[in-house]
Amino acid sequence: MFEFLLKRIATLLPTLVFVSMLIFGLQQLLPGDPAKILAGEEQDPSVIAHLREKLRLDEPLPLRYAYWVGGVLQGDLGESVRTQQPVLDLVLQKLPVTVELALLAFVIALVIGIPSGVVAAVGRGTWWDALANGFALWGISTPNFWLGILFILFFSVQLGWLPASGYVSPFEDLSANLAAMVMPAFVLGNAIAAVLMRHTRSAMLQVLSADYVRTARAKGLGERIVVLRHALRNALVPIITLGALELGTLLSGAVLTEQVFTIPGFGKLIVDSVFNRDYAVVQGVVLVTATTYIALNLLADLAYFAVNPRLRS
Amino acid sequence: MTAANSPWRRAGRRLLRRRGAMFGAAVVLVFVVLAVFAAWIAPDDPIATSWGAIRKAPSAEHWFGTDEIGRDVLSRVVWGTQASLLAGLVSVSISLLLGVPIGLAAGFLGGWIDALISRIVDAFLACPFLILAIALAAFLGPSLSNAMIAIGISATPIFVRLTRAQVINVKVEDYIEAARAVGNPPWRIALRHVLPNITAPLIVQSTLAIAGAVIAEASLSFLGLGQQPPAPSWGSMLNTAKNYVDNAPWMAVWPGLAIFLLVLAFNLLGDGLRDALDPKQT
Repeated sequence: MFEFLLKRIATLLPTLVFVSMLIFGLQQLLPGDPAKILAGEEQDPSVIAHLREKLRLDEPLPLRYAYWVGGVLQGDLGESVRTQQPVLDLVLQKLPVTVELALLAFVIALVIGIPSGVVAAVGRGTWWDALANGFALWGISTPNFWLGILFILFFSVQLGWLPASGYVSPFEDLSANLAAMVMPAFVLGNAIAAVLMRHTRSAMLQVLSADYVRTARAKGLGERIVVLRHALRNALVPIITLGALELGTLLSGAVLTEQVFTIPGFGKLIVDSVFNRDYAVVQGVVLVTATTYIALNLLADLAYFAVNPRLRS
Repeated sequence: MTAANSPWRRAGRRLLRRRGAMFGAAVVLVFVVLAVFAAWIAPDDPIATSWGAIRKAPSAEHWFGTDEIGRDVLSRVVWGTQASLLAGLVSVSISLLLGVPIGLAAGFLGGWIDALISRIVDAFLACPFLILAIALAAFLGPSLSNAMIAIGISATPIFVRLTRAQVINVKVEDYIEAARAVGNPPWRIALRHVLPNITAPLIVQSTLAIAGAVIAEASLSFLGLGQQPPAPSWGSMLNTAKNYVDNAPWMAVWPGLAIFLLVLAFNLLGDGLRDALDPKQT
């Protein structure tokens, strides 16, 4: 396990280096003098001079990159031009909100996606299968921000059951927090549930035709035990791997969902920063997102390793 | 093998038998007609405001209602088709133009070039698609053309990876070895012998990527980073509509439905193409 982990981390290091180059390189896309653009609309000469010195714009590009990476490694992601706060502080303030949203969405996706995939595979060709496939197609084709608006229209405006926007910390009022998060989490989880359903269905179909499943049935085991203990357990291996790829969709989707429901999370931070031309924050958010995504994929690899006995041996 | 029995013709016949794919193709065709003939189909000017018709519910005069400054929603949905289809096609063309040659080089040349390209692709894939597109659009500046560039660049790694994987499978085939043995230079083998044999998965991926690009364009426009007002775009229409959801819900229904239908159509067509082009099918 330890050796596997070390090997996996070794392959991730070059990826992280290229990610940092990519994100640093974003600044080079700005037309004209980065210091003037980063200084915002006021164009305060002292701010421009400060930025020029801070970003070391008079130094050659590779050296600037090296200084930037050095700062990042020490936790210095730069400073917000608008609020003068360190980017890392801003990110850490917003991160818990997005993590809660993403976790709830992922739980909803798992609860809907895996059982519907199992039902579709077991009842292949029946109307359950058609219904689950229809749901999957709906899930991957519906823009989540539109679904969010429709939910607000139905559950908030028409029925008045749930708040249309806003966020309450779970430490302040748990029920108010859940009321505010249930719609965004469902909206965000919907597309991932659809993809998980498709993966589960195809993995289960493969496993259900395997010899050991036929043997289990021949032994006289009940269908429920065959499906849940023998088939699903083995089908989980590809589901974990393919499901991990959806974590990116989760992080991307959070940006739009937070915008629709006015949730003060990570996604709202990047959108607000874009409009405030707070490029250091945009870079910081992309860097943290990419690193989180890489870390989550590493965790998925470890889960894959844990559930696959052939890899362990 | 006769022309009537070529693999492409057989795939075409299989595609015609798939009802879902045919429905998708028909819907795409309807949207293409709407985009091309928008000037004749749309009942009103999509940017003409009418202060006497603010937020009017759907009626015989305005089938889809009007928006917050009295513009005809149907006309804006019809004209918005252009931005969405253009974004889908241009973004995927950018991804293909960049991704296929890079993937060919990686898969065909191998060695350190492959290792370098693969690591760069991994880095791009580590940044979630929409987040990267938002960052690129933010640094390039908000406009439809920059949104298309951002989406195209963000989707390129998928095409690099797919092309590379297909090339690695194909390059060990006997006919490639034969082409090499008769003295063809590597670029000629790649273009004349490898590329035609990896077209099928690229067509499937392109169709599905158009669906992704349509949603991505709508997402960027929703966030204000795509098509700029007053030009019509389904995403920006939804952005405005969310502020009037309690008193003008029709503003949100139609543009969203249009995105859903177009994306669904490309997904159905892509799924159908994948099944029809699968060589394991008889």
